Parts: sequence; structure tokens; C-alpha cells
Amino acid sequence: MIEVKNLHKAFGKGAKRVVAVDGASFVARDGEITGLLGPNGAGKTTTLRCLYTLMQPDSGQVLVDGIDAAADPVVVRRRLGVLPDARGLYKRLTARENIDYFARLHGIETQTMHARREALAEALEMRDILDRRTEGFSQGQRVKTAIARALVHDPKNVILDEPTNGLDVMSTRAMRTFLKSMKAEGRCVLFSSHIMQEVAALCDRIVVIARGRVVADESPDALRAQTGEANLEDAFVKLIGTDEGLAA
Amino acid sequence: MNAALTVFLKEVRENLRDRRTVINTLVTGPLMAPLIFVLLINTLVTRELSKAEAPLALPVAGAHYAPNLIAALKQDNVDIKPAPADPEAAVRNQDADVVLRIGSDFAKAWDKGEPAQVEMIYDASQQDARGSTERLRKLLDAYDQRTGALRLLARGLSPSILKPLAVADRDQSTPQSRSGMMFAMLPYFFILGGFIGGMALAIDTTAGERERQSLEPLLANPVPRWKILAGKLGATTAFAITTVLLSILAFAIVGQFLPTEKIGMTLTLGPRFVAATLFVMLPLAALLGSLQTLVAAFAKSYREAQTYLSLLMLVPIVPTLLLSVIPVKTQLWMYAVPLLGQQVTITRLMRGDPVPDSALVLCFVCTAVAALLASLVTARIYHSERLAISA
Repeated sequence: MIEVKNLHKAFGKGAKRVVAVDGASFVARDGEITGLLGPNGAGKTTTLRCLYTLMQPDSGQVLVDGIDAAADPVVVRRRLGVLPDARGLYKRLTARENIDYFARLHGIETQTMHARREALAEALEMRDILDRRTEGFSQGQRVKTAIARALVHDPKNVILDEPTNGLDVMSTRAMRTFLKSMKAEGRCVLFSSHIMQEVAALCDRIVVIARGRVVADESPDALRAQTGEANLEDAFVKLIGTDEGLAA
Repeated sequence: MNAALTVFLKEVRENLRDRRTVINTLVTGPLMAPLIFVLLINTLVTRELSKAEAPLALPVAGAHYAPNLIAALKQDNVDIKPAPADPEAAVRNQDADVVLRIGSDFAKAWDKGEPAQVEMIYDASQQDARGSTERLRKLLDAYDQRTGALRLLARGLSPSILKPLAVADRDQSTPQSRSGMMFAMLPYFFILGGFIGGMALAIDTTAGERERQSLEPLLANPVPRWKILAGKLGATTAFAITTVLLSILAFAIVGQFLPTEKIGMTLTLGPRFVAATLFVMLPLAALLGSLQTLVAAFAKSYREAQTYLSLLMLVPIVPTLLLSVIPVKTQLWMYAVPLLGQQVTITRLMRGDPVPDSALVLCFVCTAVAALLASLVTARIYHSERLAISA
């Protein structure tokens, strides 16, 4: 379970100061898929970066399974599987070596590592590319490898920053199936997106974020009821008060 | 397995797969010093030998005014040539090293016993012409003194009254010390070797990793950042040390075949030279690795990092230049200064001068402390938030 309480984060000083996150609070529960939905520049990536302790919030608190991220960042990172916005692979290593590197950094025993890697390769349908160097991988193959290395330590909580970015239709569908299977395993899945249909099709809960604030935190049905719009996209536009940034 | 070791092994493996890095570490870096010295020595030896033995080609204007002088020069292995139309221009254009001009009133002054003027036309800024000029000056001086002595004798005086002072040269330089002066640049090439060996990794593990967007996922792992940095620094230092080791070995081997004794020099390149040089270079490789990583961590991109590091590469040349321009007496504190200490140690070892073990240890410890401090500063930079964020 991931809890975010009154998170604030700003960059720069004086006139150049930009407030990225301005008092965001929400909860992502185990066995649910939570979607962080918002237009470009709404503060999704910054919020997630505070969650996986890459950044320190100016104020507010992040709890992962009840553990304070500020107090014990290493333990929190151990409980998280993270697919960041930046998902570069090591080009001169094979997909297998990329995955094993992260497994070793997690301190996983060799046998467990083999078992986990094979299971993930099966689930992500990437067995055929395991022993190829990742240089020249397609976007889909790269995302698969990045997900496998992020989940090789079997984390209870999974954070994905725009996981379907740049994927084609088939890969996107495979990704959705994979997210659902993680939910079925009882994990807490939190992902960000600016794509309406994706969030609607997957999420048990939608957290709408705009200008660094949470403007709604509901199930898709409740969201439609709250705004009085039958269509989720209209509901979304109504919530954030502008259609800027939706074109993407 | 320890996280730092995991990072170290991954960086080594990844970079061993990069052909350019491997060539820099194993070939370019180590071979640079020996190759430059083979070239330098060979040019120098051939030039010195050919200049000393070959007849001196000398264009002379007005040779017929001084037949006795010309005859004496010819006896001293000088090949008299007709002068070019404009001697000054010929010297400036480097068509001639030196031109001798004898005026038409030479014979008249000579017969009267007055100083007869000859002109040496040369360009003192031409290093290459210096040998010919010196040689001609010596021949003219000798002829001058010979004739002067004969004239005194003809008047019944002893030539020694013109020599109230007798100066005798007692040069205390040994063949080793002469070669040491010439090889003052060598330590820089060892240091440069280590620099080249570590450079690719310093960039690749920081600015490169950020540019390829793999730093953020890496830092999301449950490993303290200083451990990640330790692994990366270790890999950079390991490559730098490999280059330095190969560089020293290559030089020790090639040095045996350099024809240095032909110009009266000997190099001391025994096992002690190899061991002591490696000993003082070890912490320096670590220090350079930290500094390179530190500088590369500041850079926004791979290219920027390369530019900064190229500038950083010029820093080690400062003590080398200082010591070759201002040759000061070696003092104990010099061993304590990183770069200067290595410079002094290696130069003295090559010259065959004694370097006490305590000085070696002082050099090692002080450079190691500097390396540690640089690592700590780099670790601080690594903890900053903006380091991880790509783009």
C-alpha cells in the first residue's frame, strides 16, 4: 500500500520558482490498480519520483506499507518495483544481464534470481530476446526488459510512469493484461498516464491530478456520477477545467 | 554479493565490450609514452651524430679577400660554398643555417695588424641552426687565438700574457642525470596514460549513464548511492591503473633498446624503477579517477563531459613544465604534493638518484588522502537530487 500525505515539491528560487506538486494526497491500495491521471506537466512524474525517493519532498509524507520514505529510503525502495519515465538499458549487455544486474543490486540469491527471471520472461513473452544485446531493441522489447528488471525482486508495490508511452497497439494490450495479472496477485499497482481510455479500461481507482493538486480521487463510475458527465473524457476535462494538454 | 562489487563487475564487463575503450586502455594509453620517446630519441641521436661528423656546409661571401682563413676552415672539415645573393634573406628563409661574409677591407686591416672584421649571419631563434653556428664560432675563435699567439711570438712575447685566467670545466653531471633532464616529460606521459585509461569510464558511468536514461532506474534500487559510486570509481581506477601498469612495463622494455648511450646518457629502468613508479602511481590513478568522475558528474551531456575532461587533462602538465623550466632542488615536501611528488619520484628514479623509501611512502599516503577527499566530494555530488534527473 502506498500513502501520500500533503506532498509539496517546488523547483528553483525566487521568480523562477515552479511549484510542481502542491499538496497532493491519495492512497493506492493492495490488489487494486490506481491510475494517476493528468495532463502533461501536472506533476505526475515529480509525485512518482518522490514516491521512489529519487527526490525529497519539501513537505508532506510518503508511506509505503506503513514505512516512512524519508526515514528509511532504502527499505522503501526494496518494497517498490519502479518503471521510471527514464528507462534506459545498458546497450552492451544482453537483456538477461540487464535483469540480473538489478537482481544482484537487490541482493537476491542466484537461484531465486534465475526462477524470477524465467517467470517474468514467460509472463512478458520475451524469452526469445533474453540473450540478445539490448542495442537495437524495439521500443516494445525495451519496455519489456525494463519491466522485468524492475520486478525481478518480486515487489509488493509497483510504480509505473506512463508504461504504455511509445508502445504500439499490440504491446499496449499485452501491457494491460500484465498489469491486471499483477493486480490479481494482490499487488498494489500505481501507474501514471495522460490517456483517458487506458485509465478507464484498467483502473479501480482514478486520481486526477492538475497543477500539482489532486482534483478527484474516485472509482471511474463515481467520477462520472460526480461530474454528471456520462463520458469519462468529458468528466476529466470538467475536472481539470481546461482541455489543454489532452491532445497528446 | 556486495552492491559496490556488483556495480564494479558490471561496469568492467560492459566497458570491456566497448572496443574503443579497450583500445584506449590497452593500446593507445600505454604505448604513447614509449612511442613518443622512441621518435624523440631517434631524431635526436641521428641529428647529433650526423652534425658532428659531417662536413659543415658554409656559404661564404667574399672568400677571395681572406684566402688564409678559408684555407684554415677547409682544413677543419668545412665545405666552402658560394654565398647566396642575399645572405640575410637566405638565413631568414632557413635556406642556410649560417653565412660568413668577409668584407673587401679585410686584407688591408689584416696586413696592418688591426682587427679584421668577418660577419656571421645567423638566426638565434632557429634551434636547428644552433649546432652549425656554434661550430663555426668555435673554428673562428680557434683561428683567432692561433694567429694572435703567432703574432705575439713574432714580437718576442709569451702568448700566455693574454690569458690571465685559466678556466677549467669540471662537469658533475653523470650520464644518468643528463638523460633525466631530457626525460623530464616522461612522468607526464605516465600520468596522461592513466588519464586516458580512466576517461572513457568516468564519462560512461556518470554523464553517459544519465544521457542514456539508465541512471534513474539504477538509483531506484535499494542501494545507498555511495556504494554505487564506489563501484563506479573502482572500475574507473582499475582501467586507469591497467593503463599505467602497461605503460610503465612498455617503457621499461622499449627503454632498453633506445640508443641513449650514443649521446652519452643511460636510463635506469630496472625492477626497482617499475615497482616504485607503480607504487606512487596507484593512488594518483585513484585521485584522477575521482576527479574525472566529479567533473563528468557536473556535465549535462556526454559531449560536455568530454570537453571538461580534455581541459582537466592539461592540469598534470603544470608541475612537469615548472620543473623543467625552473629546475629546483628536490625537497621532502615535494613528495607530499600529488602530481609533483610523482614527477619528482619518477624523474629521480630514472636519473639513478636515490629516493628514500620514506619519501615513496609519503608520496603514496598524501596522494591517497587526496584521492579519498576527492571521492568524498564526488559522493556528496552524487547525493544531490538533480544528478539523477535526465533531460
